[in-house]
Amino acid sequence: MQSQLTNQSINQLLYTLQIADNALINGHRLSEWCGHGPILEQDIAISNIALDHLGQARSLYQYAAEQFNSFSTEEKLKMFTSPALQQKIEHGEMLDEDDLAYLRDGWDFRNVLLVEQQNGDWAYTVARSFFFDTFNFFFLTALQNSKDETLAAIAEKSLKEVAYHLRWSTEWIIRLGDGTEESHQRMQEAVNDRWMYTGELTQASDADKVLEQSMGVDLSIIAGQWKDKIAAVLNEATVKMPSGTWMQQGGKQGIHTEHLGYVLAEMQFMQRAYPNMEW
Amino acid sequence: MISKDDIYNWLSTVTDPEVPVLTILDLGIVRDVAVEGNEVTVTITSTYSGCPAMDVIAMNIRMALLSHGMKKVNIENQLSPAWTTDWMTDEGKRKLKEYGIAPPIRKSLSSLDLFEEDVVACPRCGSEDTTLTSQFGPTSCKSLYKCNSCHEPFEHFKCH
Repeated sequence: MQSQLTNQSINQLLYTLQIADNALINGHRLSEWCGHGPILEQDIAISNIALDHLGQARSLYQYAAEQFNSFSTEEKLKMFTSPALQQKIEHGEMLDEDDLAYLRDGWDFRNVLLVEQQNGDWAYTVARSFFFDTFNFFFLTALQNSKDETLAAIAEKSLKEVAYHLRWSTEWIIRLGDGTEESHQRMQEAVNDRWMYTGELTQASDADKVLEQSMGVDLSIIAGQWKDKIAAVLNEATVKMPSGTWMQQGGKQGIHTEHLGYVLAEMQFMQRAYPNMEW
Repeated sequence: MISKDDIYNWLSTVTDPEVPVLTILDLGIVRDVAVEGNEVTVTITSTYSGCPAMDVIAMNIRMALLSHGMKKVNIENQLSPAWTTDWMTDEGKRKLKEYGIAPPIRKSLSSLDLFEEDVVACPRCGSEDTTLTSQFGPTSCKSLYKCNSCHEPFEHFKCH
């Protein structure tokens, strides 16, 4: 009984981190457009969306830290293997949202591979956003009914923001796909190229499987909703839906593409070089 | 003896740093107040998850209450139910319009179709012939419009 409880709480933390890491890494990628947007209004739009993701990540990391801090010392030591974080844990320090964002190495991150992919051009960015926002919208809608009240509350709040994000990325897919010959071709290329990273969104990790029945979301249902929405929008955008079924995976297990390392190097540099600094 | 009303009175001097004409009571982000002697707990809810104004607002609440002699001020953040512009007071909406920001007009639960836009009246000339420039503005809570009658650009406090 004791070990089952432990298993449940560890998976609950991993589950929270999956959602948090998607928000943080996606938010960071989008924030890279700040000051580089094609026009001022879109620069502002994408920065706003990035900020929503960072806000959502903060709520989730605060909750993850709260869960972690309630673990026994033995459990705590087994949870992560990133040296900088491990050092803190060994000293018996409590963790906070910043520790989880800045002191974990790539292998302790649980985000899907899709969100860490490079921005590329505007078509690649909106393809990535559209695939992720569609998932996020249906996922958070379902998570509102979680028995975990904190996750349900975060989902309820985030969903209102994610509805704007989905509308924004959907409109861009249609605008570019059903635009000029060149915009159509480049939108199609981006959709084709990012397609292999979409399977992982609804592929259940161990944490997903353990929590599905109690406080998580049934990803097989989300997979159907996701596919229907994507098909409808791509059809309207005159973009051909890719047919490939071979999918990249690994992010939810901490096995990432090389791109995550570059994101973390930039995002974490200050805390690693000057530990505990604030400004 | 300090009452709940006193606390609300003092809170009515705390404004949103991004939209200084609105008090936090106009915005509807104060969810509860509990007083016990010299200790007070104010429960607030953030507008948007990433709103940077929230930290400043929390600090200003603390300052306002401490300056009135409260000894201990706890600020709790409540996530659910999620904040909505339906909680903004009519007084708040009036002040927004006077300030030059078109107030929220629609119930937050109704949603728009793709490419559909709200008909938002220009806060300057009142014309309803306006065009959405972007759903995202200088702060999370606002979108950008331009008026086709008086040609002024203006901000709209989104229905959220």
